[in-house]
Amino acid sequence: MAGDILLEVQDLNIRFDTAEGVVKAVDGVSFRLHRGETLGLVGESGSGKSVTSLSLLNLVPPPGRVSGRILFHGRDILAMPGNELRRLRGDRIAMIFQDPMTSLNPFLRIGTQLAETLRLHQGLGRRAARDRAVELLRACGIQDAARRIDQYPHQFSGGMRQRVMIAQGLSCGPEILIADEPTSALDVTIQAQILELVKELTRSLGTAVILITHDLGVVAGTCDSLCVMYAGRIVERGPTTAVFQDPLHPYTQGLIASVPRLDRPGTGRLAAIPGQPPSGIGLPECCPFHPRCDRAMEPCRARRPPETGAGHSAACWLYPEAP
Amino acid sequence: MSEPLLEVSGLKLHFPLRHGVLRAVDGVDFRIGPGETLGLVGESGCGKSSTARAVAQLHRPTAGRVLLKGRDLVQLRGRELIAARRDMQMVFQDPYASLDPRMTAGDLIAEPLRIYRTRGLLALSRPEQEARVAALMDRVGLSSRFRNRYPHEFSGGQRQRIGLARALALQPALLLCDEPVSALDVSIQAQILNLFKDLQAEFGLAYLFIAHDLAVVQYVASRVAVMYLGRIAEQAPAAELYRNPLHPYTQALLSAAPIPDPQVERTRQRIILSGDVPRADRAAVGCPFADRCWRRMEVCRVQTPRLQEAGPGHQVACFLHHPAEGTP
Repeated sequence: MAGDILLEVQDLNIRFDTAEGVVKAVDGVSFRLHRGETLGLVGESGSGKSVTSLSLLNLVPPPGRVSGRILFHGRDILAMPGNELRRLRGDRIAMIFQDPMTSLNPFLRIGTQLAETLRLHQGLGRRAARDRAVELLRACGIQDAARRIDQYPHQFSGGMRQRVMIAQGLSCGPEILIADEPTSALDVTIQAQILELVKELTRSLGTAVILITHDLGVVAGTCDSLCVMYAGRIVERGPTTAVFQDPLHPYTQGLIASVPRLDRPGTGRLAAIPGQPPSGIGLPECCPFHPRCDRAMEPCRARRPPETGAGHSAACWLYPEAP
Repeated sequence: MSEPLLEVSGLKLHFPLRHGVLRAVDGVDFRIGPGETLGLVGESGCGKSSTARAVAQLHRPTAGRVLLKGRDLVQLRGRELIAARRDMQMVFQDPYASLDPRMTAGDLIAEPLRIYRTRGLLALSRPEQEARVAALMDRVGLSSRFRNRYPHEFSGGQRQRIGLARALALQPALLLCDEPVSALDVSIQAQILNLFKDLQAEFGLAYLFIAHDLAVVQYVASRVAVMYLGRIAEQAPAAELYRNPLHPYTQALLSAAPIPDPQVERTRQRIILSGDVPRADRAAVGCPFADRCWRRMEVCRVQTPRLQEAGPGHQVACFLHHPAEGTP
């Protein structure tokens, strides 16, 4: 996998100026995405995972200030002019969101919305775009697609709307699909269907996926590798199996231990992480997790831990040298 | 089981629509004993929240009985209902929507006490009330220094602690908890689940615990009922249900729930259900799950299976486990 880097994020910082102070939503994040890889960005609310994913298409809303570099085939997305960016969005990098009801236009027929992307990016005519849209819906498991294509979003169930979003996202055969909590609004039986669909389609198309989620179970089942985010930083990263088997950072350890598991009926107490996540305002240059960490030491309160380790790494003073 | 605290039988909650009727709850029976936790699981639209609301009389049931300590709440009105309901309080899912943003934490927790005091249902002096609010805040892990703060000054987990303190104010025997942890982050969810367990051990509370997360329910519940389209599909002691699910829907639900372990996930066999949960305004003929069931038989389309005993304390509504009527 090494060498075939599709996307490289370098020292990404995203700041929001608010009345209470500057919120460091993302604080020095770097990562790489390889061709055909499925990468998970895992974290709780406020960890910066969603705004990171928005920045990959330069979609961070004002007053957000973004700095750093996001290299896609050697070109910096953050420095691209508008027309170049528009050619990229939806064509070579596509995005699907958590709630398909708010990301589909309720006034337009499903077919119109699907055809728009195809006509814009692929220059298809009205007729050809429609035929292609029917094909795509069918590939995404929508029965009776030729009839359904003339319906409106409210006539689709939540799971079906997410299938439409996936059809739209994959319509131009993108190199990267960014999926922001694509199944969090869905029931488990529907979630299983949708994850299966994303896996099958992206594998057959060779699409790389960035999956943003808070659900460790979803990551375990779908991602090749993952980055754990806390307070705007990546605190641990590595191949999925390695991170789950041998989590290094106390936050990752706590997160894995705090989830009740279906396959391990326990009678004891859950290992909860005490305290609350920080608000992102006025974060000092130290480890952001130290107030909640039961293994915090002197340096944790004073200096920002470096990320150590190759392949599987963590940013924690327990590992001043590579673990 | 000892004398049940809550006994629900034949509970129905129907909503009239422009065309037809929405059968949100369509004939549900269960019992909860003192200190026991019944987990109620199912997907959106299956009627689990409606069941809790009908039990609490927030929606008046269309039919059925709700016996709390032997008194049928459905028959009671006004002050009598308020008095009888004191033993049963509710905890809601969304700690953002369920707390009045203009009341302080202290006022929110004291509100149930004030309601019962002003109606002459509770003898409590002002200082006693103050002391109880402070004790409650302390018990749920909130410093009573925060009593004058407003909901927006608290995080989601802390707000759910306020919701819990408020529900506990009248010292009830039973809490109806409607998805109380599903809006919370996992690290906070574990804190609140532990708090639920501690409070149960300390006060001998019983819970009706509604959740869509099967692992969460396994952690808290002593018995579990699985709902589908307004009915209970299967009910059993928790350990038994997870070890030996009988209804095809329960089996699919368990196999669809992700497990946070890549090695387990890679080797798991999934039952992927086709189709969506149908709407509850369908005609009530046949098994409600028949459309999506991979073990469907002919009889499932024409007869509705009843919830029947299939083992000790294990009930299931499925023709795979009971012969249909009129067959040899």
